[in-house]
Amino acid sequence: MPETAASGAASPILDAAVTFGRVLRRAGLPAGPDRVVEFVRAVEGLDVTRRDDVYWAGRITLCSRPEDLEVYDRAFRLFWDGEEPPRIISPPKTQLSMSVTQDSVQPPKKTVEKGERGEEAVHLRYSPVDLLRKKDFADCTPEEFAELHRLMADLNLSGDLRRSRRLGPAPRGRRDARRTLRAALRTGGEPMRHRYRKARDQPRRVVLLCDVSGSMASYSRALLRFMHASVATGDPVEAFVLGTRLTRVTRELATHDPDRALSEASRAVEDWSGGTRLGDTIKEFVDRWGQRGMARGAVVVILSDGWDRGDVTVLAEQMQRIERLAHRVIWVNPLKAAPGYQPLARGMAAALPHVDVFLSGHNFESLEDLARAISGAVGRDGNRIRENGYAERRA
Amino acid sequence: MNEAADVRRGALPPGVSSSLDLSGRLREDDYLAGEGLSTAIFLALKLGRPLFLEGEAGVGKTEVAKVLSRILDTPLIRLQCYEGIDVNQAVYEWDYARQLLHIRTAEALGTAGDRRRFEDELYTRQFLVSRPLLQALEHHGPMPPVLLIDEIDRADDEFEAFLLEILSDFAITIPELGTVRAERPPVAVLTSNRTREVHDALKRRCLYFYIDHPGLEREVEIVRLRVPGVEEHLARQVARAVQSLRSMDLYKPPGIAETLDWTEALVALGAKDLDEDLISATLGSVLKYREDQQRTMGMALSLLAGTGGA
Repeated sequence: MPETAASGAASPILDAAVTFGRVLRRAGLPAGPDRVVEFVRAVEGLDVTRRDDVYWAGRITLCSRPEDLEVYDRAFRLFWDGEEPPRIISPPKTQLSMSVTQDSVQPPKKTVEKGERGEEAVHLRYSPVDLLRKKDFADCTPEEFAELHRLMADLNLSGDLRRSRRLGPAPRGRRDARRTLRAALRTGGEPMRHRYRKARDQPRRVVLLCDVSGSMASYSRALLRFMHASVATGDPVEAFVLGTRLTRVTRELATHDPDRALSEASRAVEDWSGGTRLGDTIKEFVDRWGQRGMARGAVVVILSDGWDRGDVTVLAEQMQRIERLAHRVIWVNPLKAAPGYQPLARGMAAALPHVDVFLSGHNFESLEDLARAISGAVGRDGNRIRENGYAERRA
Repeated sequence: MNEAADVRRGALPPGVSSSLDLSGRLREDDYLAGEGLSTAIFLALKLGRPLFLEGEAGVGKTEVAKVLSRILDTPLIRLQCYEGIDVNQAVYEWDYARQLLHIRTAEALGTAGDRRRFEDELYTRQFLVSRPLLQALEHHGPMPPVLLIDEIDRADDEFEAFLLEILSDFAITIPELGTVRAERPPVAVLTSNRTREVHDALKRRCLYFYIDHPGLEREVEIVRLRVPGVEEHLARQVARAVQSLRSMDLYKPPGIAETLDWTEALVALGAKDLDEDLISATLGSVLKYREDQQRTMGMALSLLAGTGGA
């Protein structure tokens, strides 16, 4: 009986599988003990002596996302084929360049140095909330950031409502046979009163895309905090970081401890403060996520200064795609706060015709506007470019 | 998961004892699976675990469930997920109209009798309408049915959580009736297009396989297997053209489903050889975005026909 033979030889497999599981976990795959047991079972169901069978058994039981496959392949070669470790067994994303001290939202060095000695910083720490709300993020101290983050937690960050397909009890609407009958039992089988139900409203998905290129450095950290506050609400929110490439950080930001969330997110981002090819990264978003459904009917928020080193026709084209998919497109550009701002960055100019709401997002007050724009009520500072997705466009 | 439950698990078709056998059987039924996929299906059958399939649209995820039901000679029970799907649409619903009718009849005949007993009578199996999940659990037969839960990513979190329970125990509790447990756990196949990340807890209960686009040789074979009356020459031209379309950075790269549609269209037109005119006449069956069509028309028409002829 092949089965008995396999389970007789099980203990060496088990040992190897457990060690392999540990290797995978260190490489970032969530291969828990239950999965490892499943792996052993799978190997036993196949031919233990065949390399390919072991390979597939592991890939089928220990991976659960397409992103896992590459890590798995590398770990497999290393562990089972005895390949020399080229020191890349840890996933490439762990090489981080953002200097994370306790507060991962430090403003750029210049400001820190300015405030590190002297009373100035002390004064600022106690600056009244009103002043703080208007203060440009580029000028904030770490303490002020912490304070701002507390304020952000109170923002109402839910997306605009949309009609869901789920039905709930309602005073009028469609007949609800189940509840009508339940009630009828109480009145001797006579349906005295009809019960009704109708579609419930649910917040739309909000997709946040934050540019972390060098030109955004003074703001991207504050905006990341904003992203964390949004993700932490538990509403349907997706968060991405745009650098030289696209990184999804929803999972990393999902933890409630802001410092941990931010340091995990920054670890996931490979190219902190690198240059941007905005059009290409947005294209990557639309190709991989947006068009499949994430952007469909969603509120898409792009936090960027619109500085694109690539070909701006790419950006224009991608913004057009997003516009067709999304319910509303909001662009947040901190530079807009400067008096007499004109969208001169070529990327910004190319994107603007496809944007519904254009906001500044350079201080807390403007983030309140952003929150309002996300939930459907447009803030006073935001020029609404189009009403309801129609009407005139700016050239 | 105790031993007793494990004994009931597993549903290998007769005469299949390795993934190689299985891939032969799949092939007999016109499904060409690579080594990875046939191993995944083999393990899903042998261990009685749900199989979670991901991949681009049109790579043949749903087809896996269909071919399994043919091989195992059991019904295919399909649950198409959509947003807002709930227990009443997926598992069971009471037949309220019949219940009310029953109450009326009993009153008219004066047989209602003891009120409590009568109420219990209203909530018996005869008034229950079973939906796909319950059907799959209640199936009787030599082989368990194939349960296809299609596009799970379209359902919402609440429903996913509910599925968790069913997929680990293969049992459902109906408050008024009690627990319905599957005689033998159905062969469950879940598909996702990844419009949304499905919860890890659900994936953990499944075997996972990501279906990629096939290589050239396999695609030629698939075309020849699935489109009757296509000549090798044309099949190869089409497959090669599709492969180069996939490398062209399009909005929606064509899947195998599109390759097959395209070949069928060409065969219907009586084509023997792929040329520029034929391509522009039939491009709509492969590329469904105007931008994609324009891009292809602009630069690759001659290239497609050219390499196809080589």
